Amino acid sequence: MEPRPRSFYILATFFALFLLFLYGPTITIAILSFQGPGGGLTFPMRGTSLHWFRDLFEQQAVGDIWGSFRRSFALGLMVMVTTVVFSVMGGLAFRKKFRGSGLLFYLIITSLVIPSILISLGVGLIFSQSGFEVHWSTSGFGAQLTWTLPFGLLIMFAVFNRFDKSYEEAARDLGASSWQTLRHVVLPIIGPSLIGVALFGFTLSYDEFARTLLTSGSYNTLPLEIFGMTTNVTTPVLYALGTLTTVFSLLMIGLFLCLALLSARRKARAGSDAGKGMV
Amino acid sequence: MCPSHPAPESPNVLKNNTFVGWLMALPIMAVLMFFLVLPIIMIVIVSFWQATEFSIVPAFVWENYEFLFGSNVTYRVFLNTFKYAAITWAFTLGIGFTVAYFLAFHVRSLTWQIVLFLLCTIPFWTSNIIRMISWIPFLGRNGIANSTLISWGVIDAPLEWLLFSDFAVILAFVHLYTLFMVVPIFNTMMRIDKSLIEAARDAGASGAQILWNVIIPLTKPGIMIGTIFVVTLVMGDFITVRFMSGSQSANVGRLISNDIALLAYPSASATAVVLLLTVLIVIGILLRFVDIRKEL
Repeated sequence: MEPRPRSFYILATFFALFLLFLYGPTITIAILSFQGPGGGLTFPMRGTSLHWFRDLFEQQAVGDIWGSFRRSFALGLMVMVTTVVFSVMGGLAFRKKFRGSGLLFYLIITSLVIPSILISLGVGLIFSQSGFEVHWSTSGFGAQLTWTLPFGLLIMFAVFNRFDKSYEEAARDLGASSWQTLRHVVLPIIGPSLIGVALFGFTLSYDEFARTLLTSGSYNTLPLEIFGMTTNVTTPVLYALGTLTTVFSLLMIGLFLCLALLSARRKARAGSDAGKGMV
Repeated sequence: MCPSHPAPESPNVLKNNTFVGWLMALPIMAVLMFFLVLPIIMIVIVSFWQATEFSIVPAFVWENYEFLFGSNVTYRVFLNTFKYAAITWAFTLGIGFTVAYFLAFHVRSLTWQIVLFLLCTIPFWTSNIIRMISWIPFLGRNGIANSTLISWGVIDAPLEWLLFSDFAVILAFVHLYTLFMVVPIFNTMMRIDKSLIEAARDAGASGAQILWNVIIPLTKPGIMIGTIFVVTLVMGDFITVRFMSGSQSANVGRLISNDIALLAYPSASATAVVLLLTVLIVIGILLRFVDIRKEL
């Protein structure tokens, strides 16, 4: 290997600073959440304790944190499953050109670029004017799908753009029905990417704020609850909650990434080496 | 099912494709119809309604638009929105391009590329609200930045403009959205045929010439996609501006959310319609430079 040029070290330093910029603030509040009972929102640390975490678990803590966490978790799972199923179907649909596919594509792009507050406002208006109660599991659920589905579909487009059609042809030549081809050939091949779609579906829903703002009704999701706290909570309990939910997010991301890695390994092991030269 | 015979593309096949295609795309279509198209239509309709103190009344009046375009505040706020978008775009592009360039051309093993790339994307899957909150201990009056600068003797009194200012807003935007630049640019860069770069070097091009004449032109689609993301996210934002400026600055999104808080839905809807048109025009212009479906 040729020696590294000087530009490598300059760029590597830049990259390290970028990572520090990305993660530094989050790490800072993680440290500050262990403030002693007398500590404030900034340094210095006045001792270290679990005081603020304990506060979260006690009744007098502001709002309904655990209820909102349960709702966000359930909603995340609902959105995740729906996103995966609908995105796979949509991805399959778009493999062949059909009349109106261009229009649908632009609709998906619109869904991605439309300011979130418009979805919130529009869905809220529809529900209130037609006499339905907004609720996180109905209007909130639909509003979040307009954010997660475009990501799921774009991933599926990318996956199917790289999909080798000869596998399906081979299956069909061997007498497999369309359903068998889908079930035993296509789905196992795209499996690891579906975990990626699931990751987007869950985390984007779990953290969504703007599209849920006017559509979740009287029961808050966790991001709404946290935002509400920023206006009236001035103790490190805010950081403790932030740290906990970030740790939860990181655990979920880790879980999904491990699953993706495992299923990619399984695919590599279970698949034959036929066609290896083409990959 | 009967075995399929390779048939010439007849109108029947296209018809069949259309049927199956629509059937498979139906769930997505239904969601987008009910939660995207209908809400937009609803907003357009309500923008012509009238508001009384406690309710909104169906009507067909232009007063919401007249008020919007007759007010100086509107123009200032729109200008401010464009300002945020332009400044954030410049910073995210500069940082995002540099990071992607480092990952794609200077990191040599694929494993390391994936690991470092994931490190850049993980924050995307965590909460924006918390990432905003996490700037408080850094930028606050007695925060890390101020105490460090004071201890170095750079300043005597704490800077007041660090938190709750335009500076904080832009900083948060760059912090939140740079990865929307990194990901598409990195994706495009990874597809550049390395032999093109070798050819340029063999032909005597310097590093800077390769960057300017080979890499940047070939990366344009990625830059465009990143631009679309960043510009639309910043233009449609309201929560970052509200939180990071301490309610001292405004953009169009905040105008809308303030109206909503006052239950002035018709006025909020009129502003929303204008914002949507503005965003769509910007996207329309940007889409002329890139074919998204080809880039995935």
